[in-house]
Amino acid sequence: MAVLGSPVQRAAPQKFPSRNGTVLKRRVVVGVLVLLSLLMTTLYFRDPPNGGMHAVQDAGATVLRPFQVAAERVVRPFRDAYGYFSGLVHAKSEAERLLAENERLRQEATQYRSAWEENKTLREYVDYRAPKGYPADLRSVAAAVITAPFSQYEQQLVISAGSGAGVRVGDPVATPAGLVGRVTEVSEGTAQVTLLTDRSTAVSAEVLEAGAVGLVKSGRSGGDTLVVDLVKKKFVVDRGDRIITAGSRVGELPSIYPRGIPIGEVTFVNQSDTDVHKRIQIEPYVDFDEVDSVIVLVPKERRP
Amino acid sequence: MTAALDAGKGALLVFCVAVLQVSVLTTLELGAGAPDLLLVTLVAVALVRGPLYGAGAGFFAGLVVDVATLQTLGVTSLLLTLVGYWIGRYGETTARERRHAPLLSVLVATPAFALGAFALHFMLGDGVSARVVLLEALVPTLALNLLLTRPVYAACRRLLRPVELADRAREVRLLG
Repeated sequence: MAVLGSPVQRAAPQKFPSRNGTVLKRRVVVGVLVLLSLLMTTLYFRDPPNGGMHAVQDAGATVLRPFQVAAERVVRPFRDAYGYFSGLVHAKSEAERLLAENERLRQEATQYRSAWEENKTLREYVDYRAPKGYPADLRSVAAAVITAPFSQYEQQLVISAGSGAGVRVGDPVATPAGLVGRVTEVSEGTAQVTLLTDRSTAVSAEVLEAGAVGLVKSGRSGGDTLVVDLVKKKFVVDRGDRIITAGSRVGELPSIYPRGIPIGEVTFVNQSDTDVHKRIQIEPYVDFDEVDSVIVLVPKERRP
Repeated sequence: MTAALDAGKGALLVFCVAVLQVSVLTTLELGAGAPDLLLVTLVAVALVRGPLYGAGAGFFAGLVVDVATLQTLGVTSLLLTLVGYWIGRYGETTARERRHAPLLSVLVATPAFALGAFALHFMLGDGVSARVVLLEALVPTLALNLLLTRPVYAACRRLLRPVELADRAREVRLLG
């Protein structure tokens, strides 16, 4: 029995050509795959939106689309059933909240109807030329969401309408609840929608009750929280105030979002002596995790 | 012929799971996280079939995800290739025939994938919150992934022919 420190001669190491070959093959294959991934990332990163890599990706997405739609359709009944039963848990409290909200909205609707009639008459008196707005000058292209954001890093959806339906890059996307984001990539049958929660998105917005204009963008804490930046301190903004798209023009460039699309409701307002602007946090009307269909707002004069 | 059949079955499995993941499972938020069936399947495939197969499956799965979500090509491929290779190596060395290997692999692979993705997306300049990714979402995702591990691993073992122990590398084998 060999013990530590004994002078027993260690056997000469044997060579295993087949095993060495396997190890080499394994390393080469993994190295090639990693290099290929890095190469794709680099090329894609430098590729313009209408470049070759994007075209290949669009073609691939078109091929994958039927499979995604099929998977979504197969699972939908189960998801609906889950949603139905989970909804029952909070049904009573939700019904009470909605009844109270309904009462408040009914009162507001009466007031708004009266104000709208008055506004219409006054516009006729002064021959007022209204800017293009939502929803009168836009037509809706309804589309299903075929890919939700894959992870927290991605703030994009893929929808089932593309250039074939008249959708173009920059078109605003909404649901009946409010603004979702804008189209950032288009192929023939699909389009990528970048959500409001993406860092690259900023929307000129107005606090409806205060008349203050600012810029809605993603909050620093991530998640679905949005902030309204650049609102001057002189305006009085309260919790519960509504935020809509301002549709304002910045220099020569018109806003891609027409005026009047609801965005969210103010949840937090603060200001300090050192800040130039108010700090406003808002809760978007749209639950970005639950979006399964959207409306792309396409100018009426543009046809597929 | 058998190897080609195995590769075909593996590719089909990974493709179906990747499509299911991007179309359905990402919307199933429980807590702040969502189950990552694709990662769990990749771990199971790599443990059953080894590092070469794991790396290939990871690359293919990542490519499907990046194409379907119209995200930067290569990012998910890179991460899943490394996860597949790493877990495959663990499977053929330290973890051989150990019952806890799938759970341990998922327990390590999930945070490693999250950290890798966080670093990569940060370098690419994507907006990302460390609090959301590494604190709020990671724990529920990890819990859901661990719940999926046993059935997914069992299914992969039935579907894919496990590589014989004798076929695997022998250089590292810890006893105990």
